[in-house]
This record gives sequence, structure tokens and C-alpha cells, in this order.
Amino acid sequence: MPHLLELHDLEVRFALRTGDIIAIDGVDLTLDKGETLGLVGESGAGKSVTGFSIINLISKPGYISKGKIIFNGDEISSYSDEKMREIRGNKISMIFQDPMMTLNPVFTIGFQMIETLQAHRKISKADARNIALEKLKKVHIPSPEQRLEQYPHELSGGMRQRIIIAISLLTDPAIIIADEPTTALDVTIQAEIMDLLQELCESENMALILITHDLGVVSQVTERMAVMYAGKIIECGLTDQIVKHPVHPYTEGLIKSIPGTVITPGCDLVQIPGMMPTLTNIPPGCAFNPRCYLKEAICTTKTPELKDAGNGVWAACHMR
Amino acid sequence: MKSSLQKFKESYFLYSFRQDKVAMASFIAIIIFIILAITAPWTAPMDPYDANNIDIMNSEIPPSWNEGGEAAFPLGTDNMGRDMLSTMLYGLRTSIMIGIGAVSLQALIGIFMGLSAGYLGGKTDAILMRIADIQFSFPYLMLAILVGAIFQIVFGISRYEQLAIPLLILIIGFAEWPMYARTIRASVMREKNKEYVEAAKVIGLSKSVIMVRHVLPNSLTSLMVISTIQIANAVMSEAALSFLGLGMPVTMPSLGSLIRSGFDYIFSGSWWITIFPGILLILFVLAINLLGDWLRDVLNPKLYKG
Amino acid sequence: MNTDNIILSIRNVVKHFDISGGFLDQIRFKKGRFRLEETTVKAVNDVSLFIKKGETLSVVGESGCGKSTLARVVMGLYPPNSGEVHYGGKRIDNLNHKQMLPFRKKMQMIFQDPYASLNPRKTVQQTLEEPLRFHHPELSGNEINDKIDQVMEQVGVDQAWIKRYPHEFSGGQRQRISIARGLILDPEFIVADEPVSALDVSIQAQILNLLMKAGRERDLTYLFITHDLSVVRHISTRVAVMYLGTICELAKAEDLFADPRHPYTKALLSAIPVVGEKRAKQIKLKGEVPTPVHLPTGCVFHARCVYANERCLHQIPELLTLDNGTCIACHAVEENRIIS
Repeated sequence: MPHLLELHDLEVRFALRTGDIIAIDGVDLTLDKGETLGLVGESGAGKSVTGFSIINLISKPGYISKGKIIFNGDEISSYSDEKMREIRGNKISMIFQDPMMTLNPVFTIGFQMIETLQAHRKISKADARNIALEKLKKVHIPSPEQRLEQYPHELSGGMRQRIIIAISLLTDPAIIIADEPTTALDVTIQAEIMDLLQELCESENMALILITHDLGVVSQVTERMAVMYAGKIIECGLTDQIVKHPVHPYTEGLIKSIPGTVITPGCDLVQIPGMMPTLTNIPPGCAFNPRCYLKEAICTTKTPELKDAGNGVWAACHMR
Repeated sequence: MKSSLQKFKESYFLYSFRQDKVAMASFIAIIIFIILAITAPWTAPMDPYDANNIDIMNSEIPPSWNEGGEAAFPLGTDNMGRDMLSTMLYGLRTSIMIGIGAVSLQALIGIFMGLSAGYLGGKTDAILMRIADIQFSFPYLMLAILVGAIFQIVFGISRYEQLAIPLLILIIGFAEWPMYARTIRASVMREKNKEYVEAAKVIGLSKSVIMVRHVLPNSLTSLMVISTIQIANAVMSEAALSFLGLGMPVTMPSLGSLIRSGFDYIFSGSWWITIFPGILLILFVLAINLLGDWLRDVLNPKLYKG
Repeated sequence: MNTDNIILSIRNVVKHFDISGGFLDQIRFKKGRFRLEETTVKAVNDVSLFIKKGETLSVVGESGCGKSTLARVVMGLYPPNSGEVHYGGKRIDNLNHKQMLPFRKKMQMIFQDPYASLNPRKTVQQTLEEPLRFHHPELSGNEINDKIDQVMEQVGVDQAWIKRYPHEFSGGQRQRISIARGLILDPEFIVADEPVSALDVSIQAQILNLLMKAGRERDLTYLFITHDLSVVRHISTRVAVMYLGTICELAKAEDLFADPRHPYTKALLSAIPVVGEKRAKQIKLKGEVPTPVHLPTGCVFHARCVYANERCLHQIPELLTLDNGTCIACHAVEENRIIS
């Protein structure tokens, strides 16, 4: 069976005055129907750019310089902007960190939901309203009829994020890309939103790409995950496996550095020395080599490829 | 360690300046205007302030390329027989002096008022900003007439000539300082809630030190933009006042009073007395405004990083 | 209780902010008549706690619970509406600017946002020497430079970067510089307001280690403000959980995480995602956090609490001390109504 979404050797560049920088460097990913995939990494690792490039929303001076994105068997990376609009916000929806990025503060929730629907389908206002109501119920919003008349600022952060999820559900998308959907929210609300997303993926048979820096969230919500570092995927595979037995030293360090995982309170945390290189000066060979405790001569000369590390995990490391 | 010169060479500021032909052209134009104004006493063919050089017989000679023009007066002469080119250079000098002087005064008052209002907030803010509102709703022409009249009574009409420049600086400076006060206040209010200000408080620094050493330097970028536009405005205000006869006397013409003096003769065919200073004024103000536009774009914090 | 050891105590602190703006903004039209109405955010309501020398007391809670306000009241950045703050046995909340100066040397603060907490127009050198020159005008240039070098080394920032501006550094390095500024006066007490929440995961660990190391080497006392419970568990001696401006539970860190007593604490702990564990059943809370503008009557948590009854609706629970030293403000716990 072909995959729902495939990224082949995707490369995204940003044309700056000092020359091009490569933000995404040869990323391969697949996503099947109904699957949940976590995209993990620190800020600047390229996880958000990957998400944006799928629906071709990279803002200038960024552009896809190489590779293919295949959705349902069609190569959507070559689509015109016009044609892309049929996919974006319709078959593939996106949820952002800040709900106010998507919600227009001067219109009611109802107006925005109906407008979104009518943009993608020929549908009467009454029908659109009914669908909107149905979706609001799906995301467990109390008194949905009332919400339709409200403005975004009248709602709390958690409620807004639910509305956003309801909006993204309107067109029954096959994939939802959620970019740090709970980072701005409190931990109790975060847990509720994550439960909701997980529940919806199951009930609607929707695929989810969850972009986050929070390994805890990824490990609880997703089936598969990919760890990004300096524009490359350095480890991917089954979430449970990676979280319990990380292969790449970066993933390992990342997991161990979280307080409460391996170290008893009060003792020094495991820390990865240094920091992620900026995209303008990525070291030769393995990008992680200056921070790696397993570093050998080969790491500074040859870039490691992703290879099968067993147990459904692939990692890009010469040493493991 | 990079030197600051090298850093400047690699900066986004210089890069975008080089990319923008309009900004470069207007910057060069402004530099030329300023050099011309500064060097006027040495480069101008004659000194229009010196009565010995003026011969009334030379009045209203058309530009040299017109019929009846004389090579000695390339842009012709005015109604008093002064060489237009020299008079314009001196006029530009006067206009720029008043413009920069008035803007400095505006900035001084505006920064003080805006910084105090924005940082101290509460009642201080309310009082200072209401003063600014009152000042703003007061037509500056009325102020000019009032102050001008007081000046002439106190110092006598005979000394008006010497006092005209500081007088105009005062009038225009006082009329427009609320612009600065408002801009500074807005950016101070943005800055004062940032954590580095709290950090300075935690150290124990006094309010005035925090205001001057921490908040003010971070509020200055917005000043650069309005300063350019305010200089253009001040030059225009000066021209307008002079045109109405409230500004520079005809014996010490600025661009504005030059336009005015020529205006009476425009229908008798001596168009050059008005048109040439008019063009110079437009070019100068246009160049400043274009540079200000570019500066506003490049200093926009959303676009400008590091 | 041995009071000698107490470095800081907060007694019944209340801090409300008036956000109603000017006179015109306060005019409301209600029930056929105009009236003036002030809108106040009740950020901190009657909070009392003490901090012992050498310990790390963490204050946790969700956004808007008043934890950052409490930190700023302690630091004297906001004057409390009522209540007292005592430092080393002396009341400090009513001191004027001059009287406060000796305490400024002993109490320092580290801020959340490393991008906003350093003045962008000052080099590292200028940022670090300012507090020294202000509090120790007697020091020579060389002495100041030595001190700066020493602190820079301790926080792990290369001394060669001293002439650089903040924008040339990454978030983690800025936070190190910010910590250096906090340490340069050799304080004994540090308030850290979410010092790692703006940082990437791998950098968080570096900064937490740095704070703990500095704490050990300098015998520091921390008041640590954060929303991240896994951080809290790792670094704290004791933990205070805040909800809507009041403390609902205050306990030793190991007690709190092993056996949370307050219904809110239980819900909060159950919501933390733990790496490598599928979520145990999360305790769901009803409804949403009320705004601190209109505080609920009685227990502020009652509207979301499954154990709430009539009494919770009307009577504000007091912070009671249990046998193991845990303090808790809950009628249900007091009445033994919670069956775990």
C-alpha cells in the first residue's frame, strides 16, 4: 500500500544575502493513514520548516530546492499556488502554536468557521453552520451554539486551541500538522488538548504530524517519531523504542537531560555540552560531532546516513 | 574580535542602504545640499547680505540662458539686484540652520517630557501629555504671531533681523515638540516593562539613572526616523512662516522669504525669483523625506535583526 | 521551629493591580445609572511562607496564578497592598530606596526571558560592571575586571566575549550572562523567575546544573518560580503550589510528588507528560481557571474541584499544617473527605 504522505530527499534553502543556507537537508519521511508522527527537535533544528514545506507555506526567502513531496500519489511539491490551495487547509490542515495566528480577532467564531468551509466547498450557509456545530461538539466545547456567536478574545487559551482544532477538522482532512500546539498552554490544558488530538485521530482515522520540542508529549501521543538536528533527521522509528532505547547520542542526551528521567533529584543532570550549530556554520561530517561523547575521526569527515538499528529504529550515527 | 568599523561594513543597515538606490541618491543629495549650505560664504559668487555688493540697477535680470541674461548672474537676480544663486545658497543655509536648530529644541523638550511621562506614568504622565495635547491643538501660526509680536516689542524692530533665526528656532521648536514627546513616550512604555529594566531596579539603581542609561538608549531608534521627517517639516514651516512675512526678513532671506519676495513679481514675468528657490526647497525636503522613508523601513524591528 | 535559620518570610501578602485605567475608563452604566467601577487583578491574596537558609523553595502554578507577582513583591519591585516581607529578621517592604540598598546586595533576581533581561545596548562588560560600580564605588578598575573574570568563568562564559553585545549570543549564553549579573554582588538569596522555561531542552539541563552548582559553592538560598513540575522535583527542597493567588499546598518536594494531598496538586501532577510512559489516567478538572479579576468566593478552586461542597463555596480554607509538615488549604482534606 502506498503511503499517504511521502517526503523524498527534501531540501529547503533560504536565500540570504550572504548566500544560501540549507534549513532542511535531505529529509525522508513517510506517513500512513491514521498514523501519528512526532517531529522532535530544538529550536532551529528545522522541524517547523519541514511542517510548513509540506503544505508549501515557506515564506520568502525560503524555497524547496530539491526533493519531492507526494500526497495520495500526487507530487504536490510541483503544484501551483492555485492548485495547492485545494490541498492546504482542506486535505491537509495546520494548527499553530498561537491560536490568534489563525483566528481573526474581528470576526465571530461562527463566521470564521463558515467562511473556511465555503472557501473549500460549495455549500449553503445553514449547512456550513451545521457542520461547524458538529465539529465543535467533536472537540468537546460546551454550549457550541453560543460559541459560534463569540469573538476569539472572549475565550480562554485552551478554548481557542479547541476552536482551532475544530476549524481544522471542518474539511475532514486526511492529515493535521500541529506545530507546537500546546506550548503556550498550561500543563493541565496541554494534557486535555493532547488527549483530544489523539482521540480525534482514532475516531476520524486522521494522520497527525506533531511538531514539538517536548519529548514527554511526543512519547505519550505518537506511534512513530523523528528527531531532527541541524536540518537533518538523525533518528526515526517507533516512539516507544526510541524513548526507551535511543540509538543516536543526541537523542540519548536529550532524553537523559530531562529532569526526573534518570537522575535522582538534587544531583547534576546529564547535559549535552555546547549547543546546536547555527545553520550558517554546520560542522563537516556529522553535525553533532563537536558535542558528541562517542566522537571518532570519521565523524568529522563523513556525514552519517540513516541506517537500520533494529527494533524498527533508524539512526544516523557512525558509532552505533 | 571585529572592529566596529568592520561590523558596520557587514551590517544589514549598510547592506540595505546599498541596495536602495533611492535612499543612496537622496543621501548624496542631502550631503551636497549641506556642503553647499556650509560653504556658501566661500563658494557663492557674491555676499547677498553685504549692501555694498548690491546694485539696484541689476534688479530682475533673467537667468543667463534667457534673453537679456548676464553671465555674471547664472540664475538671474531678484528684485533688489542680488544674484539669485548666491541668495539661494545663503537662503538654504539659513533654512537648514533653522531646521536643525528647531528639531534639536523639539527633541530636547520632547525627550524630556516623553521620557518622564512614559517612565513615571500615572499623574505625571497625565499632566505632561495633556500639556502636549494643548500645545498640539494650538495653531503654530498663532504662536508665531504672538511670540513674534512679543519679541518685537521687547527687543525692538531694529534688532529683529539679528534675532530672527533664534526666534524661528524657538517658535518651530515649541510648536512641534509634542511629536517627539509622543513617540518617545510610546517606545518608553514598551521598553519599561522589559526585564532588563527590572534587573536594573533589582540592582538598586535610581529612577533617573534607569531612565537615562537603560530606557532612553533603547528608545532612540524611533527618534531617528521622526527626526528626519521633522527636519523636513521644520524647513517647510519656516518657509511657510517666512512666506507669510512672519519669518526671516527680506534682507536676510531664507528660501521661504525668497519665494515670497519673488511672488510679487511672478505676474510681471520675473518667474525665476520664485521658481528657483521653490525647486531647491522641494528637492531638499523630498530628499529628506525619501531618506526618512527608507530609514523607517530599515529600522522596523520586525525586519531588522541584529 | 528554629527561627534563626529563616532568611526570608512573607506574611499575609496581598497584591492587587488596578487595571481600570483612567477616570473615564472606570465609568460603567449599570441598572439605569452611571457609576465608577475599578477593575483590579487580584494577583496575590494573603500568601504567607518562609524560606530557610540554604534551601530551594519552588513556587509552582499555572500562568496567572500570581507566582511571578509574588517573586516581584519579595524583590521589592512591587509594593504589597498589605502584608509584610521580612528579610533576615528585618521588615523590608516598607523601606525607601536608600534603606533598601544594603538588601539589594544580598538579594538578586534572575529573569525568564534571556532576550529581554539584558539591555541590548550594553556590552557584557557594561552589564556586569554596573552593579559593582554602583554598590562598591571604592573598587579599582582592575579589581572590577578581576571580579567579572571570576564570575564569567564560574558561569561558563568565555572571557574573550566580554566586549560583545547580547544579540551576538545564543539564548543559553545570555542566560549565563544574566546569572553572572545576579551573582556578581555575591548575594545570599536569589529569586529565579522561570529561568529555564525559555530555553531548549539540552540547554535547560546546562543552566539548571549551573544554578545548582552556584547554589552549592556559594551557599545560596533560592526562591524558584516555575511552571515546570519536573524541574521543580529535581531542584527543590520544598514546594509551594499556587492557584489563583493563594497557596493551596506547601510541602517537602519528595512528599509532594509521592503523596500530593490537595485536589489541585493531584490534577497538576497527573497532567505532566513523562517520557517513556503512556499516560496514567489524568485527573480531569472541570471548567476553566477563573480570571483573577473576579475571584470565586470561598475556596478559589471550588468550581473545578470534584470534592467541593457547601462549605468550600463560602469559607476560605486556611493553610493547615499536617503531621509530616505538609501545609494544605483544603476543607476536604481537613474533613477527611478525600478517598485516594
